[in-house]
Amino acid sequence: MKEEKHILSILVDNQPGVLSRIVGLFSGRGYNIDSLCVAETTEPHVSRVTMVTEGDAPILEQIKKQLNKLINIIKVSDLTDQDTVVREMVLVKVGAKAEHRAEILRVTDIFRGSVVDVGQEHYTIMATGNAEKMSALLNLLKPYGIREIARTGSIALARDLKTK
Amino acid sequence: MSKMTGAQILLRMLKEEGVDTIFGYPGGAVLDIYDELYRSDMRHILVRHEQGAIHAADGYARVTGKVGVCMVTSGPGATNTVTGIANAYMDSIPVVIFTGQVPTKLIGNDAFQEVDIVGITRPCTKHNYLVKDIKKLAQIIREAFHIARSGRPGPVLIDIPKDISNGTTTFKLPDEPELRSYNPTYVPNRRQLTKIVDLIKAAKKPIIFSGGGVNLSKAHRELTALAQKTKIPVTSTLMGLGGFPGTDPLWLGMIGMHGTYRANMSVSECDLMIAVGVRFDDRVTGKIDEFAVNAKIVQIDIDPTSIQKNIQVAVPVVGDCKITLEILNQMLENEDLGDLDEIRKPWRDQIDAWRKTARLSYKQSERIKPQYVIEKLFELTRGEAVITTEVGQNQMWAAQYYHYPEPGRFISSGGLGTMGFGFPAAIGAQVGMPDKTVVDIAGDGSIQMNIQEMATAVQYKLPVKIVILNNGCLGMVRQWQELFYDRRYSSTQFVHLPDFVKLAEAYGAVGLRATKPEEVEAILKQGLETPNTVIMEFVVEPEECVYPMVPAGAPITNMLLV
Ligand SMILES: Cc1ncc(C[n+]2csc(CCOP(=O)(O)OP(=O)(O)O)c2C)c(N)n1
Ligand SMILES: [Mg+2]
Repeated sequence: MKEEKHILSILVDNQPGVLSRIVGLFSGRGYNIDSLCVAETTEPHVSRVTMVTEGDAPILEQIKKQLNKLINIIKVSDLTDQDTVVREMVLVKVGAKAEHRAEILRVTDIFRGSVVDVGQEHYTIMATGNAEKMSALLNLLKPYGIREIARTGSIALARDLKTK
Repeated sequence: MSKMTGAQILLRMLKEEGVDTIFGYPGGAVLDIYDELYRSDMRHILVRHEQGAIHAADGYARVTGKVGVCMVTSGPGATNTVTGIANAYMDSIPVVIFTGQVPTKLIGNDAFQEVDIVGITRPCTKHNYLVKDIKKLAQIIREAFHIARSGRPGPVLIDIPKDISNGTTTFKLPDEPELRSYNPTYVPNRRQLTKIVDLIKAAKKPIIFSGGGVNLSKAHRELTALAQKTKIPVTSTLMGLGGFPGTDPLWLGMIGMHGTYRANMSVSECDLMIAVGVRFDDRVTGKIDEFAVNAKIVQIDIDPTSIQKNIQVAVPVVGDCKITLEILNQMLENEDLGDLDEIRKPWRDQIDAWRKTARLSYKQSERIKPQYVIEKLFELTRGEAVITTEVGQNQMWAAQYYHYPEPGRFISSGGLGTMGFGFPAAIGAQVGMPDKTVVDIAGDGSIQMNIQEMATAVQYKLPVKIVILNNGCLGMVRQWQELFYDRRYSSTQFVHLPDFVKLAEAYGAVGLRATKPEEVEAILKQGLETPNTVIMEFVVEPEECVYPMVPAGAPITNMLLV
């Protein structure tokens, strides 16, 4: 069966150990986590975990059911089936010799990124967008020598007023 | 509102939850709780090893339907319960485990007898808690019991640091737990049930396949009514034994690796399978791609993760087995099912033919046959005993040759297959049902895994009967070696075994032994009539195998017969 990437938005009780329950579930059952992002929501005591995972249809069904079975999980939404906005943020440290600086700035501009830190021989660039865009940016910067990358992994919300 | 210590709150909440008995073992981190127990009228059964406590609480829960409670100290006390927790988790048994923990300010410091038991048991509990605030203790206990007994039951662990048990706070009885994130579905979707009715009407070769869920929700009457009303034959998993009377003509016997020929054949040939409270474990299905390939499968289960996990089903129904079958039976009341005796005749004839092809059987010889011991035990107890089992051949023979009339009569480690479960579980069962005959059907290997509980049984005057089928070896493993490893008996023969009769006597129990077939009945009678803890040792044929047998991973129609 076909493997598909899915973005899951998971509302959880903000309690110690919740993340380890989720991660333990995935490692114990052999499911994949591509990326994981956790932060507070508008409600106190509730956090949102945004996770990108991969699997065929039956596996994804199991993943959602198993997540729902965890006591501290309030709601699991599969954003892949909904109209959503997806973003991730990248910080990249790229070599920036004098002769390349203009080109690097131009590329950064095209991706609506910005230089957030400058060193003798490097820039640190920040950019946001969906995962593919960020990969494209990194590809373009590669020739200048990427030293370090930090990526947040995807976060997402449904376009509707309420996530289903 | 009064000031109370954590230990007092704990005992007060246990009362609130209807607990009158706990199984445990003290230690430094739970001294304050034990001090409170000293003053209370709570019954505490002091085991001899914490594994004994958790299995006893498990056995107690299985026979009484109540939540079993286990209490141990931190560190080694806690880790000693892990096997038993995993065991209860796999078989969905409601137990609450209290573990002591080092004081909160020492947590994370590798303090004396500190272990992260919440971390260790996360994957084998339904839920667990570390109490960090004494004000939350009462609420947590309430939630824990609620979670353990509702939905698909399971073990819940509460880790209590010492400063919580000896700290004080004002106590207020917590409200009924309301968990926004936990809401099991009991009542099924009626539309799905209509589909089942139609499928039943159309089916030519239907079967019912029942599991542990039927026993857990006590849906046996509803299941029996469904089978008898629709004249559909019933098979069950090991965990499902007792969910349908093992003496009813519609009973096919157990399914699976050591299932009966007719049960396994019926599953492969059926055109409709009504699966109730089962999870399609590999020991049951064999090669899954060839399991019930001709059938439309209906699956009823309270746990959505059990549905479509191992096998695609045509009609999934999320709901409590008892409630679902009740509604289904009502719906069937208004249906004209036709002349079922006539309609089912070809299917019944086919099943009869299978029955005649291969019945469960064994050959008598000069040596005692283990199957014969179980048959005699069934006869002498008129099928009314609570039977617990160890793991191995003894377990399979107990499943095949004893017939169980109702839930809570066959107590066995199904999911985890834990040697050493049966005896402490029998202790728990006897505590829960003091007037019942409770028999642990054991192997000579398994019984030694928790033999120390003899002292517990004797101390509390629990007249548990232990039937040891002594084949001098790890019989089930030896069987696999005989059949699939060219008889290379690697580490399965016991060169030395204790004298079980003397051992019983050393513990202050009664020891009996039979070595010849003609002694079996007399020894069983004598043992069953003795009002003490008794070990009955039967020196049995060492090379006996459990048949039928489906090799692991093969389709379940690939049966090795006797
Ligand atoms: C704790 C544990 N360790 C190992 C096993 C693997 N095992 C399964 S059956 C068995 C043999 C059991 O021997 P015995 O209790 O004498 O029973 P028999 O099969 O001879 O009736 C073993 C070792 C197990 N199930 N549980
Ligand atoms: Mg043995």
